[in-house]
Amino acid sequence: MRDFYGVTLDTPLMLGTAQYPSPAVLEAAFRGSGASVATVSLRRESGQAQGFWEIIKSLGVHVLPNTAGCHSAREAVTTAQMARDLFDTNWIKLEVIGHADTLQPDPFGLLEATETLAADGFEVFPYTTEDQVLAGRLLDAGAQVLMPWGAPIGSGLGLNNRYGLRTLRAAFPDVPMVIDAGLGLPSQAADALEMGFDAVLLNTAVAQAGDPVAMARAFALAVQAGQLARAADPMDPRDMAQPSTPVIGKAWL
Amino acid sequence: MKLEVNGEHRDVTGPTLADALTELGWGEARVATALNGAFVAKGARGGTDLNDGDRLEVLTPMQGG
Repeated sequence: MRDFYGVTLDTPLMLGTAQYPSPAVLEAAFRGSGASVATVSLRRESGQAQGFWEIIKSLGVHVLPNTAGCHSAREAVTTAQMARDLFDTNWIKLEVIGHADTLQPDPFGLLEATETLAADGFEVFPYTTEDQVLAGRLLDAGAQVLMPWGAPIGSGLGLNNRYGLRTLRAAFPDVPMVIDAGLGLPSQAADALEMGFDAVLLNTAVAQAGDPVAMARAFALAVQAGQLARAADPMDPRDMAQPSTPVIGKAWL
Repeated sequence: MKLEVNGEHRDVTGPTLADALTELGWGEARVATALNGAFVAKGARGGTDLNDGDRLEVLTPMQGG
């Protein structure tokens, strides 16, 4: 697997920590998922943070703070600086949101914030679209990982633009890429890994499932299957049938 | 002096940001701070003086996707 800023992950699964029915379910889902990375955020102190942080620490996974909810480069940069101070990591999942309904990244703000943060020693995981030109600009700006969306955050629509994602994957074969957002089913996660993406990041699909722990396990198996399949070099699809049973030696009846 | 802390009005003596955090009960807490929209690192709080009307954000780890 391609590494993420020098870190090789045990599994290609990154899992969000929001929206679970209870802290106990969050913990059980995480353990069932085998996720290597937990995404977290920063919010105003309300007195309940300590318990949450203790759970995350006990999971023994890599922590990836986000800048969720930021709508400008300035806001995202300040949030990233605060995240580094709080979580002692240079990793930052950079979200600069451009539209309230689609939660689509603002490509201009994203590029500006990536430039600023990379120059300041951050290891940026930009939440981006499948846009190949933007991807190139983000890499030029100092990002060494890309996180293209599958579909809008929380939509569960899966890989909304497989053509665009395939093209992006092929355009930058050496860049570690994570499909972030929009996954609803384990089959979609397997699909992403079969296409050559290095990991998937999801939250709602597990946290909002009727049985989050079982769904976490299902995603764990799916990403494992997808990763194995990719490494096994899948056959090319073709339009016409080709018999798999040998024709030679067939009886003359 | 009067501050706006996480959107609420609070009276603190100060004079530094580190003093104010202790006063507000966050002396030992794992928090990140921003003053008037600008990040203030842990190590810089003791040397950051507060002024009447300052806007202070005190953030902690929270669930996120």
